[in-house]
Amino acid sequence: MSLTTAHSVVAPSSNAKLIAGTIIIAYALISIVPLLWIFATSFKTPPDSIAYPPKVVFQPSIEGYCNLFTTRTRQTPEYINALGPATGFCDETVRKRNMVIAGPSNFLPRFVNSLIIAFGSTFCAVFLGTLSAYGFSRFKVPLADDLLFFILSTRFMPPIAVAIPIYLMYRELGLSDTALGMILLYTAVNVSLAVWLLKGFIDEIPREYEEAAMIDGYTRLQAFWRTVLPQATTGIAATAIFCLIFAWNEYAFAALLTSGTAQTAPPFIPTIIGEGGQDWPAVAAGTTIFLVPILVFTILLRKQLLRGITFGAVRK
Amino acid sequence: MLDRTADNVARATPEPLAKKIRGISDKGLAWLFISPTILLLLAINIFPLFWAIYLSFTNYRANRPNEVVKNLGLANYRRILGDQDIWIAMQTTAHFVFWTILLQTVIGFTLAWLIDRKFRGHAFWTTIILVPMMLSPAVVGNFWRFLYEPQIGLFSYVVSFVTGIPPTNVQMLSNVELAPWAIIIVDTWMWTPYVMLICLAGLRSIPEYIYEAAEVDRASNWRQFWSITLPMALPFIMLAVLFRGIENFKMFDMVNLLTGGGPGSTTEVASITLKRQAFESWRTGYSSAFAIILFVAVFGLANIYVKALNKVKQR
Repeated sequence: MSLTTAHSVVAPSSNAKLIAGTIIIAYALISIVPLLWIFATSFKTPPDSIAYPPKVVFQPSIEGYCNLFTTRTRQTPEYINALGPATGFCDETVRKRNMVIAGPSNFLPRFVNSLIIAFGSTFCAVFLGTLSAYGFSRFKVPLADDLLFFILSTRFMPPIAVAIPIYLMYRELGLSDTALGMILLYTAVNVSLAVWLLKGFIDEIPREYEEAAMIDGYTRLQAFWRTVLPQATTGIAATAIFCLIFAWNEYAFAALLTSGTAQTAPPFIPTIIGEGGQDWPAVAAGTTIFLVPILVFTILLRKQLLRGITFGAVRK
Repeated sequence: MLDRTADNVARATPEPLAKKIRGISDKGLAWLFISPTILLLLAINIFPLFWAIYLSFTNYRANRPNEVVKNLGLANYRRILGDQDIWIAMQTTAHFVFWTILLQTVIGFTLAWLIDRKFRGHAFWTTIILVPMMLSPAVVGNFWRFLYEPQIGLFSYVVSFVTGIPPTNVQMLSNVELAPWAIIIVDTWMWTPYVMLICLAGLRSIPEYIYEAAEVDRASNWRQFWSITLPMALPFIMLAVLFRGIENFKMFDMVNLLTGGGPGSTTEVASITLKRQAFESWRTGYSSAFAIILFVAVFGLANIYVKALNKVKQR
């Protein structure tokens, strides 16, 4: 205690802490209500989801998830009775609403597209970004500051402005509505973040390691591979997660440049409709499945978050 | 892997000798490492940009690729500057950017300041607060439509419960007066954590001894806040404001899903106008000119942003 006298002069009083804590906790709780509501709605039946007043207590059901993964057609009760016994929970639930499952919905292929495009573009962006970041960090590159500004400025272009010529270019090249086209585009958007973030991480690795390795007879390339890369793994992983989150969440390009085979989940989820409007439990189910990976990543990244959102400028 | 001797030798080796030992020349390697990125950006960003500049001088329409393309000179630009709808869209954008930034900065800074009181469990609650900003604005924005739904939506229900307005009258998305605020609320909910996080970094960068000195001088808390806390956190606040300004200036996804620019064109921000002109009316040449104007504006802001970024970096 005696050692902390210098700090205790400026440390907040316990009363101030209590008030601050109460306000922060209240804000945190209110701000996650929409997310809890998404989660809750995904387990409601369609009638429960549109009840007035909104239902906080309800009988959980996985009908939303059934509807998310299937397409259904309305049938007469006679037709349904003539069918054999229901083959599983979803089949049974759907039949209670006088419908039969007609086939799988497009959600799974769209989700897989999201995975392919997000991971593909992340891999490319981090690969290119690591090389460039090392180049900018260790070598005297002419006009380095201008090149770095050029790289970053591409990220600030309004997506719709970029989408107009990209749309025409992809139409000429046959890249419209292809996963390859989207991977190239997202790589280009993410590489700017990757270069800036990774340059910060690589700057922090002492040059002496590589120089020592080169004295040992390694070439520059071997030294990069064997000493810099292993030291930069945390930075590379954090960068990769940021790129992954961007590509996963991206909507504007996906909505304008894909329509079918390469469509990702964000433009697809809002189009999930049931009979008589949006099928909110199914939308909520899709949203929940879509958001869970991001929640996990956010928790993993919490220490690097600040760095990621400021392009590596703010470190702590 | 390497012993101390090797380390010392490396340090002692003069630079010219060290260069001889390396395989490929450094200059060659530097370009080998950097050029793929530059080439990709030239192909995917710069080439299309020049294409858009070219198109902005023509009457090209993407849905009629076989029509003869006429050179219009600066006519598209002149028409945009005289177009009433474009000016209304710019005003809508300005309203949206102004209020979102004001709210996010005030709330974000306050939250950061409170978190900096370091109460028990602040790290956990900070993480909870940060969650919304990591999510997809499109997917979450889409779900807010449900929360805004009159009567059955949770938001409308809470509003009518608190204010006593009949629940069917709380029409956040279809009321001309309320719709602009509906998008401001969602954006503020989503991005306040962003401003908060950067402000928190700013507050934590202030060395403790400055406060101790102020305490010795018997400066009041109020005085300390205005002459130490705020000025020293200001570069960070500016960074957050600039970045949110750029992002919200080009805002598309969330607004497109919440209101699609409606009702009428009350929430039609610049990017929505651009999308309508380019991908619904297919006035490719005209919308390219508008895109170039927006791009120049964003580029100017980005220039200022990078300067601010470098300034903060030196701290």
